[in-house]
Amino acid sequence: MMKPIRVLVAKPGLDGHDRGAKVVARALRDAGFEVIYTGLRQPPERIAEVALQEDVDAIGLSLLSGAHNTIFPRLFAELHARELDDLLVFGGGVIPEGDVPGLKAMGVAEVFGPGTPTAAVIDFLKGRLAA
Amino acid sequence: MTDTDTLLELEPAVRAWEAETEAALAKRPERANLAFKRLYTPLDAGPGSYLDDVGFPGRYPFTRGVQPTMYRGRLWTMRQYSGFATAEESNARYKYLLAQGQTGLSVAFDLPTQIGYDSDDAFAAGEVGKVGVAVDSLADMEALFEGIPLDKVSTSMTINAPAAVLLAMYVAAAERQGVKPGQLAGTIQNDILKEYVARGTYIFPPAPSMRLITDTFAYCAKEIPRWNLISVGAYHIREAGSDAAQEVAFAFANAIAYIEAAVTAGLDVDAFAPAISWIFTADLNLLEEVAKFRAARRLWARLMKERFGAKNPKSQMLRFHVHTSGSALTSQQPDNNVVRIAWQAIAAILGGAQSLATCAKDEAIALPTEDSARLALRTQQLIAYESGLADVVDPLGGAWCIEALTDKIEAAAAAHIARIDALGGAVAAIEGGYIQREIAESAFARQRAVETGEQVKVGVNRFAVEETQGGDYLTVDPAVGARQCEHLAALKARRDAAAVTAALAEVERVAKGGDNLMPSLIAAARTYATLGEICGVLRGVFGEYQPSAEF
Repeated sequence: MMKPIRVLVAKPGLDGHDRGAKVVARALRDAGFEVIYTGLRQPPERIAEVALQEDVDAIGLSLLSGAHNTIFPRLFAELHARELDDLLVFGGGVIPEGDVPGLKAMGVAEVFGPGTPTAAVIDFLKGRLAA
Repeated sequence: MTDTDTLLELEPAVRAWEAETEAALAKRPERANLAFKRLYTPLDAGPGSYLDDVGFPGRYPFTRGVQPTMYRGRLWTMRQYSGFATAEESNARYKYLLAQGQTGLSVAFDLPTQIGYDSDDAFAAGEVGKVGVAVDSLADMEALFEGIPLDKVSTSMTINAPAAVLLAMYVAAAERQGVKPGQLAGTIQNDILKEYVARGTYIFPPAPSMRLITDTFAYCAKEIPRWNLISVGAYHIREAGSDAAQEVAFAFANAIAYIEAAVTAGLDVDAFAPAISWIFTADLNLLEEVAKFRAARRLWARLMKERFGAKNPKSQMLRFHVHTSGSALTSQQPDNNVVRIAWQAIAAILGGAQSLATCAKDEAIALPTEDSARLALRTQQLIAYESGLADVVDPLGGAWCIEALTDKIEAAAAAHIARIDALGGAVAAIEGGYIQREIAESAFARQRAVETGEQVKVGVNRFAVEETQGGDYLTVDPAVGARQCEHLAALKARRDAAAVTAALAEVERVAKGGDNLMPSLIAAARTYATLGEICGVLRGVFGEYQPSAEF
């Protein structure tokens, strides 16, 4: 049997909107992923540390507060400090399309906006990780 | 609403019609997954008493509205939720909205402010001025309302965990304008329990949070009689994923906890209950939403009278603000949101709302631009002045469908409340994770319904088109954080440091004891002690809430 994909779903910053993060976490779990959910208000260093401890394959950040352009670079710096540069990082929430190219340039693999079916997230992760 | 003899006569005819229709379904099938019954007749509206269950607007149980003439006299307050960047920029937006005919202010604070951090705190990085305005001290509060006479406008502030501190700053800002507390009108949201289950901007654990709420209740009841001391949040519970009956029930359970705490602290229910207000969502199912508002009014009146012995009719009235559902909006084909928002607003008005905020069409993508904010306000003005809906009180009252749905939602909400009572009330149910799990279950079910196509979302799971977002969205200048930090440093350099230290020491002393915190918070605000400093002292005394990470 294949080793299940381990995904960390995280809510960084101060944003309290966790409906999307919880729905995605649960859909991934139902689809056979091993899911760790951080809960609210996690600083990037803590998210990177949990990713290291839990040996995850991917990190999904949920952001609806507009802080994405600040938080993603800080997460990448923390991952780099832990030699986790290869981790797949994706995002979701309220993120204007105009910001997506910049996020992708810094290493965000995909950004899922409002209305994304959870199947799209599942297919994306399987496509990228179930080699 | 029909006498029993008539109903008895009617029953066989209704049954015969149902049987014939069912028999023809093979030829004329119905669409799947329809939420309601096919047809409502007097049988569904039941033999209940018109006088006891429906009655008259302005009279118990207020099913048809809290005032006898509703919008025929005064229209609802049009109160758009607004705030971003610095106090100066938000002040300019408020003046614009007032000039466009808005009738009340509603302040959105940024997340650091909502969680009691100053703009220069490490936790605030990237968040300053993003989802609302940054208010670090009285200086920002003064700038926010510069040129807006606080004895002339009513101001609603979406602030919960540090609500007492922001109220103290508002009172101090009013003093600077020469306005006394007794002349102020407005609302603080001040509803901490829903933050633990739905909205996430908590600071302190439940017990000290309940004490802060009780302190504001006592202070407002005495000093600011026209102030709504709480706006109980049903909205956020629904937006987090619950259904309509849960929206009503979980918010009511929280309110019951506040009332019990205040009564235990020695307050007379009729002394503060008239100043309890509410915020509900208006979601997409128009008929269900209208029924929800009517059911909520009736159930609340009954609870206040029967459970708390409230005698003042104002204590029994459910007065509420409606904010149209943000989660109903889509980033796909955002112009479609204009239409969604319009009928959500209609549901709020048919449901008898006292004030209304309509979302802007671009809110699934970014903050509203000035143009989209104006269109959202115009939507309300169109309904008010051109649709005719404001000219009759409770126009859908007596429709069999609406009365039947009203009964159904009231009964379902009452059943949820009974379950929470059995768990020991809202605080215990939240600490045990019950309400969070119920909401998460409903949210997941709603998402599945969309993904299976059972629930159609136009432009998302049907009628989608290839599209790219246009570029015309409001972005907050990334330099706002730095500017706000400079203001803060300058303020700290020029204020009387000894006065600040003494005021903070007094806040700490009172927090450790049992006296009402409000006077010491107002005194601290006057010295330009910052929100972060004051909440830092309170964090030291009260501790911080540690949530679980269930999903």
